[in-house]
Amino acid sequence: MQTVKIVVTGPFNAGKTQFIKTVSEIDVVSTDKKITSDQERVKNTTTVAMDFGRITIDENLVLYLFGTPGQRRFDFMWEILSEGMLGFIVLVDSTRPETFHEARSILETFKAFAPTPYVVAANKQDLEDAWDVEDLRIALRLGDDVKVVPCVATDKESVKKVLLELLYSILEYLEKSDRGRTKSQE
Amino acid sequence: MALKGNLRSFSFVQLLNLIHLARKTGQLSIQGPNKQALLYFQQGKLAYASQDGQGGSLLDVLYRAKRLTPSQYRALQQRASRYTDKELGLLLVNAGYFTPSEILNVLKNAYRETVRQLFTWAEGNFEFNAQAPPPRGKILVRLGLENLIIEGARHLREWERLQQEIPTLDVALKFVDRPRTNIQDLNLSVEEWRVLSYVSPRNTLRQIANALKLSDMEIRRIVYGLIQAGLVELVRPEAKKLPEIKLAFSDRPKEERVSLLNKIIDRIRSL
Repeated sequence: MQTVKIVVTGPFNAGKTQFIKTVSEIDVVSTDKKITSDQERVKNTTTVAMDFGRITIDENLVLYLFGTPGQRRFDFMWEILSEGMLGFIVLVDSTRPETFHEARSILETFKAFAPTPYVVAANKQDLEDAWDVEDLRIALRLGDDVKVVPCVATDKESVKKVLLELLYSILEYLEKSDRGRTKSQE
Repeated sequence: MALKGNLRSFSFVQLLNLIHLARKTGQLSIQGPNKQALLYFQQGKLAYASQDGQGGSLLDVLYRAKRLTPSQYRALQQRASRYTDKELGLLLVNAGYFTPSEILNVLKNAYRETVRQLFTWAEGNFEFNAQAPPPRGKILVRLGLENLIIEGARHLREWERLQQEIPTLDVALKFVDRPRTNIQDLNLSVEEWRVLSYVSPRNTLRQIANALKLSDMEIRRIVYGLIQAGLVELVRPEAKKLPEIKLAFSDRPKEERVSLLNKIIDRIRSL
């Protein structure tokens, strides 16, 4: 049995666990813990190690979705989670501009771990005070080449769209890197 | 016993606070990566401060504060070498050039400025020596530390923010392909121009800071400003090897990887 994984990262309370829950065929294995920091009391529990969901592709291939802990004090886990990933998704809460900064920093950290494709998912787009995707691109200082996909983590079609956009990016990346390799061999 | 440490683990603001609260008397020396500083405290108040020898000479302080004309400065320079600062100060007061309080105020401002520059130091070994005598021949002031500590705390918050924006100095800069700003409309400082002259994917921020003798905070502040202006962006240094993280399927032939990916895409679509 082959397994591959996609990492879902992003700031605290961006909706990572929900994102995985929405498409996972198993109950998400989550290791939530009561929050201790006053500043982060937006919700009562947070993911301290990781949570993961599973999508069976066929009898020989399984895709795992790994959610990273949202708080920076657990960032020692991130490098471990990056090992062997297909690509990663940075989930951002579009309604909380105070977390954009953190999202940018997480993105930079993951990019440094592995030169692998990624997309940014602008979550909670169904809420009234959600930032527009293009405004979010500017706030996160993302280039035009980075895909910013609107998302509602509770909606299966929306989550599927984000995953598919990432997978298309990975295909493009494979094509490009293969062309690069052929050129250098010439 | 000397109080020793590194500013990485005990910041300069924390040090000032300790000296202030414990009403310490003694000499604090700090050895930064490119610079050094020497301060003297009496009963928790700042008495003297110099950085890389700057601020050490009364004549230089008065000249930098524009209290002496260039010709006065040159004339006094020849005579001043024979005198200590205390003797020179007395001479200037007796000659009617300055009142004692004028001299003390100019010195206080210069020492304050030295302390402000030290707020930008994130790295450096420090040592507080309570047995050290006051600097010989120097004019000592009595400058309360309360306001400086408040100012320092503000710097600390800015430092934390800059660290979040630019977490490491082991990254390089490149000019953005399409600047959002018209360069002709930009008013850059001398320091910003100097940093811009080093922009290249081969130079890390750390190397630029070392070349220009800028502290960690100074380089971060300048680079942050340039990023905000849409002139440059952070990139991985060219010489730096990518981390050896094993990616999925990286050891498989391309056709197999594409086939696996297509399988995953089909499955996700069918969910």
